[in-house]
Amino acid sequence: MFLLEVKNLTKRFGGLVAVESLSFSVNAGETVSIIGPNGAGKTTVFNLITGFYRPTSGEIRFDGWDLIGSKPHKIALAGVGRTFQVVKPLRGLTVFENVLVGAFAHTGHRSEAQRIARDVLDFTDLAPLSDAIADGLPIGMRKRLELARSLATSPKLVLLDEVMSGLNPTESKEAIDLIRRLRDERGISAVAGVEHVMQVVMSISDRVIVLNHGRKIAEGPPSKVIDDPDVIEAYLGRVNGQ
Amino acid sequence: MIRAKPILLTGILFLLIFAPLILETRYSQHVMILVLLYVALGSAWNILGGFAGQLSLGHAAFFGIGAYTSAVIASKTSLSPWLAIVIGPLVVLPIALIVGWICFRLRGPYFTLATIAIGEVVRLVTLNWTSLTGGAVGVVIRPSVFDGTSKLPYYYIILIIALSSIMLSSVLSRRKLGYYLMSIREDEETAESIGIDTTRYKLIALALSASLTAISGAFYANYFLFVDPTIVLPLALSVEIVLIAIIGGLGTVPGPILGAILLKLSSELFRNEFAQANLLIYGVLLIVVILFMPGGLIGGVRKIMKWGARNPRRVSA
Repeated sequence: MFLLEVKNLTKRFGGLVAVESLSFSVNAGETVSIIGPNGAGKTTVFNLITGFYRPTSGEIRFDGWDLIGSKPHKIALAGVGRTFQVVKPLRGLTVFENVLVGAFAHTGHRSEAQRIARDVLDFTDLAPLSDAIADGLPIGMRKRLELARSLATSPKLVLLDEVMSGLNPTESKEAIDLIRRLRDERGISAVAGVEHVMQVVMSISDRVIVLNHGRKIAEGPPSKVIDDPDVIEAYLGRVNGQ
Repeated sequence: MIRAKPILLTGILFLLIFAPLILETRYSQHVMILVLLYVALGSAWNILGGFAGQLSLGHAAFFGIGAYTSAVIASKTSLSPWLAIVIGPLVVLPIALIVGWICFRLRGPYFTLATIAIGEVVRLVTLNWTSLTGGAVGVVIRPSVFDGTSKLPYYYIILIIALSSIMLSSVLSRRKLGYYLMSIREDEETAESIGIDTTRYKLIALALSASLTAISGAFYANYFLFVDPTIVLPLALSVEIVLIAIIGGLGTVPGPILGAILLKLSSELFRNEFAQANLLIYGVLLIVVILFMPGGLIGGVRKIMKWGARNPRRVSA
């Protein structure tokens, strides 16, 4: 059985079709990338899965649950973590507190939550920054904090919206590393939304889904997708003026 | 520093217990009672407005309902109006939950506007439901249990109410509930994304805050023995409660304490010294604090304490 199964998902905003009849699935322990140019509908897909938007039509199943109509917090507790494209740290709180809040998802005990938070901070290499106020962190750290806060809720799947945007080469490499370890060390599935076809992202993806104008134009292993004429067209435009 | 804290707190507690025995005049005891009343009100408001970040400008409604519960008990039954300390919150709770259920769909300034409306609705209902509330004439309450010759029992009752409010805030700030409320204040979408039922926790904060405010209202009626809508239900009271928390330090445990002490003491002092000019000075004081201590008094105190010490909290890129 699939961990996440999306069927014929459609979202219209008035006359604009943001996502059209999208179907895909994610297996347990799999890392999938959704790539597509700006405005392709990646963030909308994430907002639909996590309950921030209600689909116009379609089905979303996660771990045996029907997610349609559930509130975001219910979906989070069911095991779907997410990060936001525009990072949203809990600004006034410290790095440790940001993660601690996430850790309270499945426990009411402060000591247990602290243990989970410390574990996650170690895993994400944020432990040295525990006492820093989240608002003062550089973008790379804030992105990592987003992931750490989400991991503290013990998700089975994390949706990473624009994991790479705004990162310098070193930060990108660290982010890639972290996503790889998510799968290899913790068995957590990830769906990463990425704007550009980056070789590094391709290298850690088991599968790549390409979106353009809200529709899936290609899906498959990274090596296949990158040579797909439709994908090249979506990014570079038509060849020979056809 | 860490060891000094319990000693300091014990010292303050002893001071609070013996203060009215040292400051024996009725006037000084009265001022202390007033300050404690506003500590209780500021702390109660701070749970919703400071921790959860939901700025209510309608808390006079909960205070007034608590006070009027005393008045109705006194005028319609032969029971003690002190019972309102228990019944007041029970009356306020369903009202607060209905208000929250409606108003928490609104965010930011819209929620605040809605709370102003609620405050006005309660005031107007009280003004016009003459058969129950006596309308604009108000209600004189007969003293019950204590005859008012000594202010000491009132002092200790409001001390217990204020300390309970503070302790609740203090416990809350270190637990799941407190962290969840702070997350909601910082970013509601983030809070939802990590499994926080934001509507539910906002309602819990409102319920706690409104109940505590009603208890203070019930105390007020039993102490002053007179209520009317312009005294216990004006918008000005809602604003005053908010100012105490903001001036003292939003979302902190000691903030409302400092705020209440500064604002109530200074307003009493200025009233005596400057007669009609007291509001002017009060206003200037507010502006000075807001301009120079954006984190409130407690923020200012913390800043001074940190002066010279290394500051490990900021991280550079």
